[in-house]
Amino acid sequence: MHIVDGALSNPVVIAGAVAAAGGIAFGLRSLTLERIPAAGVLSASFFVASLVHVPIGPSSVHLIMNGLAGLLLGWAAFPALFVGLLLQAVFFGFGGLTVLGINTLNIALPAVIAWLLFGRLVASGTPLTGAIWAGIGGAFAIAATTAAVAVSLAASGDEFLPAAKLVFFAHIPVMVIEGILTGFAVLLARKVKPDLFLAVKGAGV
Amino acid sequence: MGHTLGPNEKTLTESGAIQVATLIGGLDARVRIIAAVCFGVVVVGLSSLPALLAALIVSLGLLAASGLRLRPTLKRMAMMDSFIIFMLVLLPFTMPGDAMFSVWGFPVSWQGFWRAVEIALTANAVILALMTLVGTLEPVTLGHALHKLRVPETLVHLLMFTIRYIEVLREESLRLRAAMKVRGFRPATNFHTYRSFGYLVGMMLVRAVERSERILGAMKCRGFSGRIYLLQEFALSGADRRFAVLLSALVFMLICLELQCR
Repeated sequence: MHIVDGALSNPVVIAGAVAAAGGIAFGLRSLTLERIPAAGVLSASFFVASLVHVPIGPSSVHLIMNGLAGLLLGWAAFPALFVGLLLQAVFFGFGGLTVLGINTLNIALPAVIAWLLFGRLVASGTPLTGAIWAGIGGAFAIAATTAAVAVSLAASGDEFLPAAKLVFFAHIPVMVIEGILTGFAVLLARKVKPDLFLAVKGAGV
Repeated sequence: MGHTLGPNEKTLTESGAIQVATLIGGLDARVRIIAAVCFGVVVVGLSSLPALLAALIVSLGLLAASGLRLRPTLKRMAMMDSFIIFMLVLLPFTMPGDAMFSVWGFPVSWQGFWRAVEIALTANAVILALMTLVGTLEPVTLGHALHKLRVPETLVHLLMFTIRYIEVLREESLRLRAAMKVRGFRPATNFHTYRSFGYLVGMMLVRAVERSERILGAMKCRGFSGRIYLLQEFALSGADRRFAVLLSALVFMLICLELQCR
């Protein structure tokens, strides 16, 4: 899912960086002093979740969970996921430097859209209906991320088109798995801590 | 990404860990960040093979000067390559151009081949420079240096919190995994596994939010006002200036090489 330096054309890289900077600025505005600890700890937990490998057939995939991050953090998912990508690039050598912007955009924008579409549905109703909507949101976020990666590759040159299509179809099982995991994560969270979504959103308000 | 960490390896170095005094380790953090960004932007702009090869050699030189252990660093770099190899292998087939040879009737183009080589060289040169120049910083110092470089304070706070709690939360997740393991959980491709991992993530989030409530309480109790207090002042030394001049000269040479070979 990480795009590396040198693969994309300059307009795509620059547009991605500008859009990501806008999203981060917007997300930072919603982060009051009182919400920073919650956002920081959640950002760290999503980093740790991405270390978890889930078996799928003979191989395994690592979790992204950007849908869940969006559902919990709203616009603050932009800076939170950016921080995760920055640390991955600097200390693990994953991804790249000039593509940080477009990578952030590809992962965080679907997270925010998932929150806008499903956020209210996930936080209300019974835990089970919330979990089902969360599952749909989680699968949607991965699908949108993969599509966004495919689009940024395709926009950089036609030669990437077959690779972009393959990336999308290869990720369909990942979408299903992320959806199921997000659903069960929300099911447990809403049962164990019914006010979880309120606690994160409303801290200090 | 988890398999890049050995059983006893930490995700990030803790603050106060002993830093080896090396050529790069003694340089100002701000200089290293700016150098890495400038180098990255220039290398991404290069497209001729000699210039890109030279850029990779500069990165390898930085690696040698940084005192990072060679094998693990190159292994991590190879990990990244294993992710993109799929895309790179496809390129010669999908890019139209002069045929090199054909595999099962699919023509392999020279243009696509060189494009793939170009991407691989760029990606490796940039990420290696980033890891050696910035990745060798103590994570907390990185936050402070970014603050000094006028990165918004809220973003730096977020970064510092993330840095502080990644290792804490990873240990928590390992404890939960150990608890699952002693109860006979073995991951496989089935619904039970996905449900269990979902519960694992959910539990981690619940604990994370509860932890953040305690943190907020502790910070309020100490009168947290949102200011970042630096643990050390940054000051430019002669070595920093020499390094800046040397790297600028190298970057300038890369640009000249690019213009000549184009």
